[in-house]
Amino acid sequence: MELWLLLGIPLTGCLVLAVFGARGWAPEANVAFGLGTFLASCTLTRRVIIEGPLLMGHEQFFVDPFNVFLVALTAFVGWTTSMFSRPYMRIEEHPGRVNRQKLRLYHAMYQLFMTTMLCALLTNNLGLLWVAMEAATLSTVLLVSLYRTAASIEAAWKYFILCGVGIAQALFGTILLYLAAEKVFGADGSTALLWTHLNAVKEQLEPNVLSLAFVFLLVGYGTKVGLAPLHNWLPDAHAEGPTPISAVLSGLLLNVALYAVVRCKVLVEGATHSGLASHLMMGFGLLSVLLAAFFLWRQRGIVMLAFGMGGPVADFAALLHMTVHSLTKSAIFFAVGHACQKAGTQVMDNIRGLIVISPTVGWGLMIGTLAILGMPPFGVFTSEFLIVTTAMRDHPWATPILLLALAIAFAAIFRRVQAMVFGETQLNALPHSPALVPVFAHLSLVSMLGVYIPPALATWYQLAAALIG
Amino acid sequence: MQLAWTSQLIDLGAAVLLLTSFAMLSQRRILSLVNLYAWQGAVLSMSTAAVAYTSGQHHLYLSAALSLILKVIVLPWILHRLIRRLNVRWDTEPLLNIPTTMLVGILLVVFAFALSQPIAQLSTSIARSTLGIAMAVVMLSFLMMITRRKAISQVIGFLAMENGLFFAAISATHGMPMIVELGVALDVLVGTLILGVFFFQIREQFDSLDLQHLEKLKEE
Repeated sequence: MELWLLLGIPLTGCLVLAVFGARGWAPEANVAFGLGTFLASCTLTRRVIIEGPLLMGHEQFFVDPFNVFLVALTAFVGWTTSMFSRPYMRIEEHPGRVNRQKLRLYHAMYQLFMTTMLCALLTNNLGLLWVAMEAATLSTVLLVSLYRTAASIEAAWKYFILCGVGIAQALFGTILLYLAAEKVFGADGSTALLWTHLNAVKEQLEPNVLSLAFVFLLVGYGTKVGLAPLHNWLPDAHAEGPTPISAVLSGLLLNVALYAVVRCKVLVEGATHSGLASHLMMGFGLLSVLLAAFFLWRQRGIVMLAFGMGGPVADFAALLHMTVHSLTKSAIFFAVGHACQKAGTQVMDNIRGLIVISPTVGWGLMIGTLAILGMPPFGVFTSEFLIVTTAMRDHPWATPILLLALAIAFAAIFRRVQAMVFGETQLNALPHSPALVPVFAHLSLVSMLGVYIPPALATWYQLAAALIG
Repeated sequence: MQLAWTSQLIDLGAAVLLLTSFAMLSQRRILSLVNLYAWQGAVLSMSTAAVAYTSGQHHLYLSAALSLILKVIVLPWILHRLIRRLNVRWDTEPLLNIPTTMLVGILLVVFAFALSQPIAQLSTSIARSTLGIAMAVVMLSFLMMITRRKAISQVIGFLAMENGLFFAAISATHGMPMIVELGVALDVLVGTLILGVFFFQIREQFDSLDLQHLEKLKEE
């Protein structure tokens, strides 16, 4: 029941907003649907905590502590982002960049995007997981090019083609997985792609085929996560689209893709009994962290690294990092979005002296940056600390590379942001008051997680970490 | 050993599929590319039906019908309309000249066969010998996407890649579960429609479908 509510509310939202999305109250409706989804995810979470893992809908849907935690996170950030998007899109509508029709597209696609992501997280069928991931890409492509500027169309094209090619690799990986599964389950393959069934027989799956399948799956879903060297689309798509979309893309879609990789890793690890999957993930993760440091964007390399290392501590840290990173990253996007609107440009160099014109936006951006760069007392510090200490213990060779990357990222990003926040200004005031509640709500949650993780949440992370081993 | 006529039909289908992939690689007229794509879809649908007949998997008839409708009728029709509306006929000179592309393509085919050898031996499907060809088609389409400049030929490359993947699913296993196949087909259809919208946006903005114009973001 909770499950159908959870998937049904955003889907209804999509249909309603596809019809009425151009009306004046559409942004409020968007927030309401976001809230409804979040509440549904809370009830589902409660049920999973009480009753343990659930199988629903002819075994097509599966909920365990690992994915329900991501579902709750996704629904929460989806809701706060819709709160942020309400004044943001109102302001965008003013200069005539975005007309009513585009607003309708935007709202409908926003809800559709939420539906597909939740579907990808909840499905038990690895084939449906692929379909939902592809649908999530498709629903956001037209949003990235919403402004119809040359740069945004180019960014959307790149996003579409690179992710399309990437996800085609993932489909091939899924086919190979199915091939291995079919040998175990026999000719009737209708249940052979269900994760729970595969997990039960993972010892018998053909290791050669699974190793090859994992390479394809990692490359395919890794393109979505923005792992080097397949990250090309990511900075452009984030810079050119409307900021709420950038926030959900980087805060949520990346998590979902990462989730897909981890689910597959569990199977492959069980079948091959070797460290191949872990080593591949660690290698890609480390490479991405390094490149990210040099090219000024941060992403999930470090989480990939942590999941690759495995073990209870690293998995715990990775889950914590996913949470705090999503919250912080979207908070930063909210602050940057308002800053860009004030400056009337998305070029960082033209944004100066935010603190003078709007202290709250300026401080929000500054605190968010400090948080994401791993300063104590924020949660990112805790998770990165755990990851680095695990790396020291298990893989000492990786530690200096990791620390170097973190240091470079700190220096480079902090310098840029400092210039944006302080200094002389020529920015204008905005016609609508910006939504700052989401920014500070996210940041206070992140700082809370840095000093105090509620015991319920900690046990929950431990349960999830135990599941992915 | 004498092969049953259906296996021969499947092998023939695989060969034609590979042939059309090479033809696409060498074809610069966009209208012909679309026609080749439609042919590929027809062959794919025929092979699927043949696999369905020999293996007795009835749901494969459905996916054969699905690919017949989608890949032979609907998608080529959409592409034809787009080409007429946008008035693009020829792709410009590809990044690699055509003879070189063909040579690279041959190397890719050899590579694909070498890669698929150990997997094909594990497969129980009657069509397992064709897995190498499926992989080769995927790689050749990939090559086509890399070397072409016009947005529309890149998209046809993308669709051809999906054909290759579909063929891999048919030949290595007996096709994916129906619900997955329906989902994939839906994604492909929606993707093509979105691309149609996209072409108009690109055209509106750059007055051309040539992707050379889309290189501004690279320098930054």
